[in-house]
Amino acid sequence: MDKLLEILQDLKPGVDFALEDDLIEDGILSSLEIMTLVVELCSEFGIEISPLDIVPENFKSARAMHALITRLRDED
Amino acid sequence: MKNILEYLEASAKYYPEKAAFTDESTEITYRLAVNKAMAIGSSLASLGVRNAPVAVLMDNCADSLVAYFGVVYSGNFYVVIDAKMPSDRINVIFETLRPVAVLTDRKHEEKALGLKFGGRIFIYEDSSSCPIDYPKMNEIRMRAIDTDPLYALFTSGSTGVPKGAVICHRSVIAYAEWIQETFGIDESTQFGSQTPFYFSMSVLDIFSTIKAGCTLHILPKKFFSFPVRLLQYMNEKHVDTIYWVPSALSIISNLKALDYVPLPELKRVLFAGEVMPTKQLNYWISKLPGVLFANLYGPTEITDICTYYVVDRKFADDEALPIGRACSNCDVIVIKDDGTEAAPGEEGELCVRGSFLALGYYNNPEKTSQVFVQNPLNPHYPELIYKTGDLVRYNERGELIYITRTDFQIKRMGYRIELGEIETAVGSMDCIKACACVFDDQNDRIVLVYQGDVGDEAVREVIKAKLPEYMHPNRLVQVDSMPLNSNGKIDRNRLKSSYHTL
Repeated sequence: MDKLLEILQDLKPGVDFALEDDLIEDGILSSLEIMTLVVELCSEFGIEISPLDIVPENFKSARAMHALITRLRDED
Repeated sequence: MKNILEYLEASAKYYPEKAAFTDESTEITYRLAVNKAMAIGSSLASLGVRNAPVAVLMDNCADSLVAYFGVVYSGNFYVVIDAKMPSDRINVIFETLRPVAVLTDRKHEEKALGLKFGGRIFIYEDSSSCPIDYPKMNEIRMRAIDTDPLYALFTSGSTGVPKGAVICHRSVIAYAEWIQETFGIDESTQFGSQTPFYFSMSVLDIFSTIKAGCTLHILPKKFFSFPVRLLQYMNEKHVDTIYWVPSALSIISNLKALDYVPLPELKRVLFAGEVMPTKQLNYWISKLPGVLFANLYGPTEITDICTYYVVDRKFADDEALPIGRACSNCDVIVIKDDGTEAAPGEEGELCVRGSFLALGYYNNPEKTSQVFVQNPLNPHYPELIYKTGDLVRYNERGELIYITRTDFQIKRMGYRIELGEIETAVGSMDCIKACACVFDDQNDRIVLVYQGDVGDEAVREVIKAKLPEYMHPNRLVQVDSMPLNSNGKIDRNRLKSSYHTL
């Protein structure tokens, strides 16, 4: 989780990612940022995120992203 | 044909019950669009002015399109204001524009009330249900000519003051004719519109839709983060034509989203606004055999586009796409530094002549005369050309190749950004001693380097209040002293190459 927060802070400084729980509807993360994030998460955590998993529910908060990463790691 | 409302009215006559514009929650038929727009026009006619600017402050939705036509019915021209833009920057635009009115909706009424301008505020929900004053509408139309202004779009300016390019009816009519005949747009076309209406690319979608009597579907912005959802939405709407910025196309191709959701109804893929990465295009082509792909090129100041290239051969991933040839009823010339025409293969600045040219920048004769100039190849009678500031050359096939910008202006996600405008915003803070913005094109990052007794937090606050999000720097770097070159100027080359070590 710490590593994830670090990546998020680096991508978009000035947002409290630990607290924000609707990054998508609140328009905090742009489409380009989400794409950048997908690439970084894959390389940092050694996972593969299928486009079918790139849906608002999995990216709306740091917690949701963490759950996605954990699930994809377990599937490996 | 002298007014674009003739397109809308003809389509309303032939296809009254057909959807003209849709968004996620609304669908507006041609008949309703004309009725509501005439009601708005009648309401705005009480201003008693013509050819004056009316700012429209609404979200990018189906109703906002009706609002624009409403302004045109009143005999004035519309100025699309991004509703998400900070009020400070809208006020800067208003200082130049001095709008006679702001047309907004209930949702943005409060924001409109907080803006600095001397004109009246009209509310869309009220104005669009006003009684239509047919004699007044007729009287306004009788006096209209095709060189009357239709809209103005504001782009970022190098001195920190945004410039508003004013486009007349004639330009859009000439442009729409070219689009329709070149790409075969007809009443069955279904546009999937990506670009916001304050961006010149949307002119293609809007005006070819009303000319052909087809349908424009506004694609919800949030879906561009989630390509699978986006593609499903496009299929639901039977979208067959898209005109997007390459960054948007790349979102789909980076994820290979077409492997999961094919687009069987798609017929045309047009793009412009920035350089299309060939690798991304090749993915699209491989998934959509038989679909037309075209690279369009042009700035806001010539309506939208002046040259285009329909992809007719294979390109390697590291090979650049040409920007092609001039559109019908538009001419381009390549001028060298010495004012003479470049020979084939020689580099020069791309200049445009013809009906697509804007009338100039609103209330800004100085900036206008810098780029709208007498054609240096024609000393015989007055003839303006627009200097794009882009360096190009012809290849051996007679196609134009884009090389680079001649100045510091950058493009990011299709938005034109003058770094000077960011510097102006930050430099306006009392505690800032010096600041400079550079674009790290390797990493696609805007970097702001500043000197002053203040922290990143405070600088970011000011940026947030003054600039739209796409202009926000990705990196802030605080320095004790600004590196200078031998002329005593800020050493921008050094900042660019080594900002991370400062």
